[in-house]
Amino acid sequence: MDAHAHAEEHFAGSNRLFISIWVWLLGLTLIEIFLAYRPMPIHYMLVILLGLSIIKAALIMAYFMHLRFERLSLILTIVPMLVVCICLLFVFFPDSFRSAGLRYQFKESPPVAPAPVEEP
Amino acid sequence: MSTEAHVGTFPAVDWEGGTFPYRVGHRKLGMWLFIVSDSLTFSALLIGYSYLRASNVWPTPFPFYPSIVFSSVMTFCLLSSSLTMVFGVSASSKGDKAKARKWILLTIFFGVAFIVLHLIEWRHLIEEGLRPFFLPEHWVQVFTTTEGVPPSPLFGATFFTITGLHMFHVASGAVYLGVVAARVKKLRHEDVEISGLYWHFVDLVWMFVFPLIYIMSVDVGGHLAR
Repeated sequence: MDAHAHAEEHFAGSNRLFISIWVWLLGLTLIEIFLAYRPMPIHYMLVILLGLSIIKAALIMAYFMHLRFERLSLILTIVPMLVVCICLLFVFFPDSFRSAGLRYQFKESPPVAPAPVEEP
Repeated sequence: MSTEAHVGTFPAVDWEGGTFPYRVGHRKLGMWLFIVSDSLTFSALLIGYSYLRASNVWPTPFPFYPSIVFSSVMTFCLLSSSLTMVFGVSASSKGDKAKARKWILLTIFFGVAFIVLHLIEWRHLIEEGLRPFFLPEHWVQVFTTTEGVPPSPLFGATFFTITGLHMFHVASGAVYLGVVAARVKKLRHEDVEISGLYWHFVDLVWMFVFPLIYIMSVDVGGHLAR
């Protein structure tokens, strides 16, 4: 079988489907902008924004990048490996909190460097 | 027995794809692998940015206008460019190359609009005094904590690096699509589809850059405007 010939035969998904995905993506973006001006702890904000971004990325990959219509073997080759690698990158992240704790906390005004001691 | 001979006698049903286990050509598979590697580049940059942000006092300087308005319109441009690119690929799959070319040119237009808006947004920040390793003086005054800890000057480094690298991807994508549009009648459908994959990837990356860089740094209280 010629893969190129096969690809030219069909490109699944209708224009109507793609427009509805575009509307969903715009809607999720508007929710993100709305959330930016809602008072909430930064941790909640981060979780919600990342959740929305992952949904948007999944919609783009599945429909615009056509992955939903590809063979399962291709999806299983690409997606889990990428997710695992990105998760492994987070192994460094707890160190950022340690680093923040090490930072000098000025109480009143920044300390002044001591004058050099003169040799007698 | 040679390897080729062995493959020839291997039962296709075991792979369900015969000699094409992924049912895609080698070029498309190559683009997918490039996208995976580039995703890791952007992931590393965004996680590095988050690391710095969590371990420092971080300024939140973006006002509704111009920063959020501009970045929102830029998001609209990229999302719309992805839609027009899908239409282009769809037209190409039906053999309508002239229509595919029109959609691809519209995609390039949205991409160029994104770059122009982004450069204007950069100019606003640079004129305000933001540099890769320095913050504007009034930002330092406003965002220094009550304990006297100043905001990190690395804000500019992370902002210009991540958005700059993304802008470079958009610019190179626009050139790539320009070549595809010029040669669309000579190219196979799969080649058009591959260029679409790259363009959608650029859009996908922005879906993480926009909330993490812009939305998380909105000046909600209008501290800088006072």
